[in-house]
Amino acid sequence: MSELGGPGTLAAILAMAAVTYPMRAGGFWLMAHVPLTLRLRRILEALPGAVVVATVLPILVREGLPAVLAIAAAGAAMMIRRNDFLAVIAGMTVAALARAWLS
Amino acid sequence: MTASNPDAAAKPDWSLAGLRFGAVLALPVLPGMIAFGIAVGATAARKGFSLVDSVLMNALVYGGASQMVAMEVWPDRITLASLAALALLTATVNARMLLIGASLRPWLGPLPSWQAYPMLHLSTDPGWLIAMRYRAEGGNDAAVFLGASLLVWAAWMAATTAGYLMGALVSDPRRIGLDLVMPIFFAAMLVPLWRGGRRAFAWGVAGAVALATEHLVSGWWFVVTGAIAGSLAEGFADE
Repeated sequence: MSELGGPGTLAAILAMAAVTYPMRAGGFWLMAHVPLTLRLRRILEALPGAVVVATVLPILVREGLPAVLAIAAAGAAMMIRRNDFLAVIAGMTVAALARAWLS
Repeated sequence: MTASNPDAAAKPDWSLAGLRFGAVLALPVLPGMIAFGIAVGATAARKGFSLVDSVLMNALVYGGASQMVAMEVWPDRITLASLAALALLTATVNARMLLIGASLRPWLGPLPSWQAYPMLHLSTDPGWLIAMRYRAEGGNDAAVFLGASLLVWAAWMAATTAGYLMGALVSDPRRIGLDLVMPIFFAAMLVPLWRGGRRAFAWGVAGAVALATEHLVSGWWFVVTGAIAGSLAEGFADE
């Protein structure tokens, strides 16, 4: 069984914080010493989308049709209204309906 | 990018009015931030984190996307190896913040370090967007960045806590699709990031490498390999 809540959990949270702050401060610090190359800037700009695709696609394959429908609904809501809140509600609603019907 | 020393710029202003103005500028991004915060808080509850651990993670890590991914892969037992894996995953998802910090240098660089460095802990994608827009319109009050960031941080802490309490009430999270909140929110994030062309190619590479990795290696390494492969593909794909 999991040991959530013990010192291990706290250690992991602190480790996550310890690697995140240098990401926040690192670019700021580095710019005082070396200029950011165009290539590096382009790689970092590409990161958010790449993280999302790499995270979501395997989940879609694993979870099957309800997840695919839910994400399609969220994407459509986002395209039409550009509203995160609405997109999440649409996605969860479709996920719940699809699971109720398909199982 | 100029070759001149960015710190040679004039010292930015630092006023209470700027602090308040920054908070006002941040108001439009709050709904999106709150939606995401609720989702992150609910995920923490669903995964069995204590409220204290959830609050600590939100205050100290303060990177919703990285927390979502980390909580999904959270190991049953924390060992040195799983600690390192969580740290690497978090670092990968948050590496984009290097850019945010870099772009703040010309503006906040002249501030004393004791002001600039603690403030950087509060930097977020939306807080940065607001502050850079203000800056592009000729603003020079560094307290605007702090004001916007503080309000976003407060909204984040309130939303994640509310989400945690709501999530703890739900007995069967799968039935209402709560287990899919992370991929749903992530997929919605893709819409404004779409640029076509080189970026479509990069997303294809990220997806293919992620799927191949998932097939070959257990765990959540596919996030790291897919993300790195995709961003390298975009960086090195010369049109």
